[in-house]
Amino acid sequence: MTRKMVTTCEKGKLAESLIRKDKSALIDATGIYYRDLNSLLRSLDSEGIEKIQICNVYGQRYIGTNLDNHLRIDIYGTPGNDLGAFMNGANITVHGNVQDACGNTMDHGQIVVHGRAGDLVGHSMRGGKIFIRDDAGYRVGIHMKEYVSKRPIIVIGGTAQDFLGEYMAGGVLVVLGLNMKGEIRHNARFVGTGMHGGKMFIRGEVRHVGEEVTITDLTEEDTLLLKGLVEEFCGYYDLDAEKILENKFNKLIPVSSRPYGNLYAY
Amino acid sequence: MKSYVCPEYIVERDPDRCIRCKVCVNQCSYDTHCYDEEDDCMLSKSENCVNCQRCATFCPTQAITIRPNPNHYRSNANWTQEVLTGIKKQAETGGVVLTGMGCDKPNLTYWDRLLINASQVTNPSIDPLREPMELRTYIGSKPDKLDLETVKGDGIILKTKLAPQLQLETPIMFSAMSYGSISINVHKSLARAATEAGTFYNTGEGGLEKSLYKYGDHVIVQVASGRFGVHPDYLDAGAAIEIKIGQGAKPGIGGHLPGEKVTEEISKTRMIPLGTDALSPAPQHDIYSIEDLRQLIYALKEATDYTKPVFVKIAAVHNAAAIASGIVRAGADAVVLDGIRGGTGAAPRITRDNVGIPIEMALAAVDQRLRDEGIRNKASVIAAGGIKSSADVLKAIALGADACYIATAALVSLGCTVCQKCYTGKCPWGIATTDLWLTKRINPDIGAKRLAGLLRGWSLEIMEMMGGMGINAIESVRGNRLVLRGVGLTDKELEILGVRMVGD
Repeated sequence: MTRKMVTTCEKGKLAESLIRKDKSALIDATGIYYRDLNSLLRSLDSEGIEKIQICNVYGQRYIGTNLDNHLRIDIYGTPGNDLGAFMNGANITVHGNVQDACGNTMDHGQIVVHGRAGDLVGHSMRGGKIFIRDDAGYRVGIHMKEYVSKRPIIVIGGTAQDFLGEYMAGGVLVVLGLNMKGEIRHNARFVGTGMHGGKMFIRGEVRHVGEEVTITDLTEEDTLLLKGLVEEFCGYYDLDAEKILENKFNKLIPVSSRPYGNLYAY
Repeated sequence: MKSYVCPEYIVERDPDRCIRCKVCVNQCSYDTHCYDEEDDCMLSKSENCVNCQRCATFCPTQAITIRPNPNHYRSNANWTQEVLTGIKKQAETGGVVLTGMGCDKPNLTYWDRLLINASQVTNPSIDPLREPMELRTYIGSKPDKLDLETVKGDGIILKTKLAPQLQLETPIMFSAMSYGSISINVHKSLARAATEAGTFYNTGEGGLEKSLYKYGDHVIVQVASGRFGVHPDYLDAGAAIEIKIGQGAKPGIGGHLPGEKVTEEISKTRMIPLGTDALSPAPQHDIYSIEDLRQLIYALKEATDYTKPVFVKIAAVHNAAAIASGIVRAGADAVVLDGIRGGTGAAPRITRDNVGIPIEMALAAVDQRLRDEGIRNKASVIAAGGIKSSADVLKAIALGADACYIATAALVSLGCTVCQKCYTGKCPWGIATTDLWLTKRINPDIGAKRLAGLLRGWSLEIMEMMGGMGINAIESVRGNRLVLRGVGLTDKELEILGVRMVGD
């Protein structure tokens, strides 16, 4: 069933729900139940397909979960909750917005969103990278972890809501506030509540931080790390990294890796 | 500040028996015993003693006796020694009083007020030593009906696609205890015993140590709010996945493995830096509703290709029945209920002893609710929290459980004396510790034998009691409340338990 490959998904409903060509596939997800869509992705994955475009995605959940190989997936539309949950290496680009819990407990791989994200981006994420072009919802990066070479990274182009980096135990969280006019002042409250590891780089000021957080200036090493991440971010969205880096960034780190060490009577 | 807290125990050493061998000094991890070289004598610091009985057990001449401190405050039914000591400790530290193991108050046990039936004359009893007895249990969602087809030559074949099931040779599994709260050698013992006995052990929320992946067919991997050690390989490794919402010893609150316990090995399995606190948030932050729970259940099913049952564990709380109904409707293959007497490695004592409800009531209410709603077959029910004998297991099954989880009993079989000091990380029995010097005290070969011995003993006892009732399959006891009668219970208690009064 080799047919001519459609290169873009922005052409309305396709005649066939699955078109294959060499190592690529194009799926029209119209009316496909999430379980069937994910099962199709897994079967394409096991067949050795390397690149998949899915168009007309309307809220199908768990896209990217349980794929063994390092597939490249382009999603057109709005994927549902838990995009890339427990994901293990796929590289997803979303041409649209994502819903809640994008990158939930993600282990490895990358998600680039050309739009905004719901709550809980990168919940308990342990590896890989997530880039969100616009704003994100509440509790972004909650309980992100880090272990030796596994260091998860989230970059938010816009701003994020309350409890950003709550319980954060590792990893790097960057918030750029690119869509804010005038003085950059993020409206989130309780940023980094319960934080005990990792670091956040926030462009501009934060309205309210948790008790367990301290705000400092960036070290030389931080600046280098941040520069790399901002340049990578700008590469995906065709933005000017140098201009973004002109503004002051604040670094948020935990006061202690043992925030609740003295709560108990032994 | 001078502490006003009285030592709880007095260590007595019989000088005629003591040979000054210093075994007690080496065995005690709380520095209770010491040897004075100058005077060539043994000394005790009673204030350090937790009454774990390690020294008394290992003393070669039985020279040591540990007694409750006779210096009691004036007796008072309300202002007990425990209450007064707790207040003094809090005044001195300004902290939350921690404890370990399950609730130690006597007024919350119903098992002992339920009695099992036996056959006399009308229905012959069965001798399990000579006649087949079936304890095999399947955990998982059962279909509403079976579609069968007769095929020429092949006889009858099953057309219904069955949901994934766990096959248990005895209706007893080892409950969740994380690697970190208990030692690696205890995990090894549990994994080997579960494999030998044809049952399952639960990892708890601390991940699965690499060397234990080979026991995966007998492992239930837990996913809790901290998501420690949760990655695709871990989910693939287990035979089933358990989502931990709550724990009977501390309903509604999270966990906290102190940095001291996060050693090199623990940090590797949990995948967190060495020496940092491992915090498990109180809720799972991707679950704020039954719909969200469904989302995680199906995320885990997607992650494992619908090949493994997904359990959801909750603490037994006031409206457990309605919650369990939601859990079943959310797509769980099994509901785990953990009662107020369930154990813990560390919990605030105030929560452990005051929050939650007894497992017997929660179990009866949940089983009844699921039956009333016609969804009991859609999920198995597993009872946990304070199951201390084979009779408790059988009574739980009669109240509607498919199987039971045991943890405290398993640790007791390994040497635990329920001293309730698990939170110190200094367990002299080598159980609730990550200190390598103490961990060595559990030999996994011997540990596995002791645990398997316990499972075998309980299984034989269950068969004896079933045989006595003239029942030869555990399936016939399940939810069969007619085999129980209550004693010393009010009408309302009997009504909720769904059992009749003795003599009735």
